[in-house]
Amino acid sequence: MPAMLDVVVLFFALGVFARVVKSDLRLPEALYETLTIYLLLAIGLKGGLELSRQPLMDLLPQVLAVVILGALVPLVVTPLLRLAGLKPVDAAGLAAHYGSVSVVTFAVALTAVQQAGLPYESHAALWVAVMEAPGLVVGIVLARLALKRADAGGDSRIRWDLLAHEVLLGKSVLLLMGGLLIGAVAGDAGMAPIKAVFIDPFKGVLALFLLELGLVAGGQLGALKRHGIKLVLVGCALPPLLALAGATTGMLLGLQVGGVALLATLAASASYIAAPAALRVAVPQANTGLAIACALGVTFPFNLLLGIPLYLHLAPYFTQ
Amino acid sequence: MSNKHHPKTKLTLVAEAALEPRLLAELKRHQAHVWTICEVRGAFPEGERDGDWEANRTIEIKVICEPTVADAIADAVLAKYAADYSVVMYFSDVSVLRGERY
Repeated sequence: MPAMLDVVVLFFALGVFARVVKSDLRLPEALYETLTIYLLLAIGLKGGLELSRQPLMDLLPQVLAVVILGALVPLVVTPLLRLAGLKPVDAAGLAAHYGSVSVVTFAVALTAVQQAGLPYESHAALWVAVMEAPGLVVGIVLARLALKRADAGGDSRIRWDLLAHEVLLGKSVLLLMGGLLIGAVAGDAGMAPIKAVFIDPFKGVLALFLLELGLVAGGQLGALKRHGIKLVLVGCALPPLLALAGATTGMLLGLQVGGVALLATLAASASYIAAPAALRVAVPQANTGLAIACALGVTFPFNLLLGIPLYLHLAPYFTQ
Repeated sequence: MSNKHHPKTKLTLVAEAALEPRLLAELKRHQAHVWTICEVRGAFPEGERDGDWEANRTIEIKVICEPTVADAIADAVLAKYAADYSVVMYFSDVSVLRGERY
């Protein structure tokens, strides 16, 4: 097996295959929910452990930098998507997906960094938690502005209360932040009794989750055919470009080589869980079908197969 | 306890799960007191919703209420959400016991 191809990728491929050949394989929804909760908590807990070891104020510049990075992504991606011929509201809607992050892509990159033995900031989960919302919100605002300009908004007000609830108290941010806090409060000694559940089996659970993601991504192939080759090109071209921004930010922050790779991966990843849900609430006129097809059907497998190995390979060039 | 049957309307709303909080707010606003919700899979004119992904989930809400309330809820849902979301609604006549509960 090639050194850079992680075993979890094969589970993803199995899921895609099962869907393409119309197998009756279907993970029970309750299991899928359980796996999501597990992964988010486990990632948070691992990062939290590290937080317990260092003063929080030292992390402030990093937190600010990743928030700004996330918020800038839709501002750059929206005009690019307009150039690719997307309608203004769809371009901003899809850009919101890229502004947010994919926790599973991060998890795969994390295991790859660990496997490669690269040094990294072990509180990196904190970046995931704070990077989930800013880009999503900026993308939503851009989409609402696009609607206002087109005067097709119907009710053009943004329900900020609903949106804030969806984005900040949705399960991904809640569980990541909750895990970080619990890990930080508990420390090594407190974590020891639950380590056998939350730390050790992580990769096996991730593999199972990727099987499910493969099934869903395989189901997007029809939508991709409908939207044409342009969407595939967009989904493949954006990640390396955004990874470059992430890696540069990592370099400016003076991150270790694994940290640079992780931040590049986060910038390159697109949300396909939190973002579509928030978009449906805030901008129902945006085409979420197109966005999911691009984020989950193209960008996610791209990052899994080519992106993450590439970011790991290039990260040393971005360390001081 | 009386066994007398009372005529009521059952309004069934089938819609994207993302709408659930807002549909429930609509029911409360119209003083509907009795409803059940379940997750379903199926097809709309906009396409199949097989529920294999969070953004693709569908719910079915059954409300039992006075016919006028059912009409008012349906009108409000049509006006606010039908343009941008997949929504199907239909009415059935039902008879209930203890009519004052609805």
